[in-house]
Amino acid sequence: MSLSFQDLILTLHRYWGAQGCAILQPYDMEMGAGTFHPATVLRSLGPEPWRAAYVQPCRRPTDGRYGENPNRLGHYYQYQVVLKPSPDDLQDLYLGSLVEIGIDPLKHDIRFVEDDWESPTLGAWGLGWEVWCDGMEVTQFTYFQQVGGFECRPVTGELTYGLERLAMYTQGVDNVFDLRFNDAGVTYGDVFLENEREMSAYNFEVADTDALFDLFRKAAAECERCLEAKLPIPAYEQAIKASHVFNMLQARGVISVAERQAYIGRVRDLAKAACGAWLERTA
Amino acid sequence: MADFLLELLSEEIPARMQANARNELGRLFAECTQEAGLATGPIDVHSTPRRLVLIARDVAEATEAKREEVKGPRSSAPTQALDGFLRKTGLTREQLEEREGVYFAIVERRGRNASEILGETVKRIVADFPWPKSMRWGDGSLRWVRPLHGIVAMLGEDIVAVEIDGICSDATTVGHRFHHPGAITVGGASDYAEKLRACHVIVDQEERERIIREGAEAATAKSGLALLRDEGLVVENAGLTEWPVPLLGEFDAEFLDVPREVIVLTMRTNQKYFACTNDEGLLAPAFVCVANVAATDGGAAIVEGNRRVLAARLADARFFWEQDLKVPLEEQAKKLDGIVFHEKLGTVADKVERVAKLARWLVETGVVKADAKQVERAARLAKADLVTGMVAEFPELQGVIGGYLAQAQGEPKAVAEAVRDHYGASLQPVSAAVALADKLDSVAAFFSIGQKPTGSKDPFALRRAAIASIEIIVANGLRLRLTEALRGALANCAGQVRDAEAAHRLDRTADELIDFFADRLKVQQREAGVRHDLIDAVFSLGGEDDLVRLLARVKALQSFVETGEGADLLTAYKRAANILKKEKWDPAEVKAGDAPSEEALLNNALISAENSADEAIIKENFADAMAALASLRAPIDAFFDKVTVNADDRGVRARRLDLLMRFRDAVNRVADFSKIEG
Repeated sequence: MSLSFQDLILTLHRYWGAQGCAILQPYDMEMGAGTFHPATVLRSLGPEPWRAAYVQPCRRPTDGRYGENPNRLGHYYQYQVVLKPSPDDLQDLYLGSLVEIGIDPLKHDIRFVEDDWESPTLGAWGLGWEVWCDGMEVTQFTYFQQVGGFECRPVTGELTYGLERLAMYTQGVDNVFDLRFNDAGVTYGDVFLENEREMSAYNFEVADTDALFDLFRKAAAECERCLEAKLPIPAYEQAIKASHVFNMLQARGVISVAERQAYIGRVRDLAKAACGAWLERTA
Repeated sequence: MADFLLELLSEEIPARMQANARNELGRLFAECTQEAGLATGPIDVHSTPRRLVLIARDVAEATEAKREEVKGPRSSAPTQALDGFLRKTGLTREQLEEREGVYFAIVERRGRNASEILGETVKRIVADFPWPKSMRWGDGSLRWVRPLHGIVAMLGEDIVAVEIDGICSDATTVGHRFHHPGAITVGGASDYAEKLRACHVIVDQEERERIIREGAEAATAKSGLALLRDEGLVVENAGLTEWPVPLLGEFDAEFLDVPREVIVLTMRTNQKYFACTNDEGLLAPAFVCVANVAATDGGAAIVEGNRRVLAARLADARFFWEQDLKVPLEEQAKKLDGIVFHEKLGTVADKVERVAKLARWLVETGVVKADAKQVERAARLAKADLVTGMVAEFPELQGVIGGYLAQAQGEPKAVAEAVRDHYGASLQPVSAAVALADKLDSVAAFFSIGQKPTGSKDPFALRRAAIASIEIIVANGLRLRLTEALRGALANCAGQVRDAEAAHRLDRTADELIDFFADRLKVQQREAGVRHDLIDAVFSLGGEDDLVRLLARVKALQSFVETGEGADLLTAYKRAANILKKEKWDPAEVKAGDAPSEEALLNNALISAENSADEAIIKENFADAMAALASLRAPIDAFFDKVTVNADDRGVRARRLDLLMRFRDAVNRVADFSKIEG
């Protein structure tokens, strides 16, 4: 039988743990992607070697569909692996992890399809691929070139697995809520369906936009205070917070196209400043 | 002589970069070897997702030794010049030859063996390779499109030694990522392709393309379907596979409710699948994907996986489609005031307002024969699909989606077609009116805020819009006073922004616009084989901005000047014009009197030619106007033959110059012949 959702995670933990990765727990803040975790953003800067793997819950308020779409979620999990410097056999290591979770590369079609990654809010970019398994994107594979506007030397290799998609694939399930969460009868829907319904309603209809605008300003101001106090980690946390609040405002449809760029620019400036402070402190 | 093999093994090279990479590889290799004077036979280049390969046949064993004389500074030059020359040549003063006050260095270039030159060549190729985007990896500083892992460089059976950032050349490479993951050793250019083929790698992209093309056709034919051919997709899939295996899959026929373009585009851009049609040419619920593996189960799991991915995508598309169907386009159009068209030109709703007004004017003034209500309706709905979920997902389907929605929502056929086709050029009157109004508005609007294309910069694609306008006007034979239409479009913009200054500038902007369209017309007509000087000859008559009439005139003129008669008349015209330019006379001195018969004949011919040319032009019968000119050819030739213009008698001279002037003016009524080349 294929792996349950939780066993998929445990298998990846064991596999990457054996590769010398520190197995971290999710960061306790709302964020749009596993990349935002300081274990990726801050640790990809500077010369020190670093290997880590963790699950990160991701909140994408605009992707919520009230639990009615079989493929789209406003909250889902990414499995994130970072290796610095990126080893020469990173592709083979990655493919090894697929075999470990039950994907036979002689039975399935695994492909590396060009996909350059860029995060305008983090001032980061890299080159790599989306990895396809039988036409489905299961992982984003990136060699970081810049983070926070700074060159990455050495280069960090980043793997981001879409856990739900991967599990849907290995379990042969067409609706995410039908995933076996464990082997004791709990489904993904049991755990998250109500969450999707309520959070979609909250994100699209209820969230107090005035309070959100206020939160954005306060997070930005707090970030700057932390920067003045030469505390890059709390400063970076406030940048993450501002980024999430911005995502909420977008879901509420209160940010115009013209304003959008300005908000992204503001978050990027905060993130860059925090990255700069981090580099200075560790230099 | 031996063959040289170079393989640069890397992680997956983006498919879209491979064709160019092959060209650059060949170019750089040829450049380096030529520069070093190393002779080679034909060069072949290949690519797979993981490798760039070059094979050069018949490489010379070594370059020939050469003796070269290099000219240096004059012996009287300052010592710095001499020192510099000595440094450059690596010689001493004593080794130079001095001849006639100038130093010469004799430089001996030893013959170098091929493998030394090839090693340097490989280094330069890797260092100078112009990837559109390159990257670093690990803790190295080398840049390549993706991490570079291996270099096979062999001359005959010998390894050409190269070391680049820790990567040393050797004779080993790898086969297919999954079929043959281990190292394989090649013997050289002679067995490279066959060794790799045995390890499930087809090195030649053209062969992979052929396998995909033929395999996809065969797979569809087997199911009684036809492949929707797509060469771009063939090439892309060949760039994504080392061992391509086309596989046919099916999807649920209920998705066929979704517009065909959406399904084909989803399959093509998101999944890189080929679409199929049935024997009636309708889209079939099937796809062809190209796997990169000869799967152990014959591809069953791969097809099933791809089917599920496609089903999820099509379910998404159908969701948007069904949502969009529920909202009348008219309602969607109201949301266009939330989309900025350009910060100085208002929202898309503002643009729609202008386009509707201009389109209606085109009908009301009789330029386009169509139902004014339908035209206005189509113009008001044309941009509404920009706010649909479908166009948000697939921006390239703007227009197409609107057309489907208009049709499904019961709009008249002509309106739905106009919504669909207004981004292009159409022969259907309603579509033509909306399309033309849309484009004229864009060009006029951007000109009105000073955003004119300059040099290579044309961010709003105004040149294309102007050419498309011209095509619509010409193809539909629209009798439009372009100046009037453009002034109307400018006035619409000025009225909307209530910009007094823009209104003030209107005249000047209108002139700029006409010049801009005239230039575009020349560009567009040049491709149709119409001479630009003839367009100038008609344009410079002034007041002609009816492009249909103008082009009819230009075409008649072109047929005329390309006949012997036309060429002779042009010669006579130029001769007359030259004389008139040089001579001065007083018309008051003109003296009547007995003229030689040639003079009288020309006078008579002019009277009749002037009349018939005028008449023909009014009737827009330009061939007759040209015939009227042609009737002048014999009389003017005879006149020049027999009559002396510069007669001694001032009165006679003035009379003859007057006659020549009438001849020139008569010709100029049809076209300004002074602009015609030749």
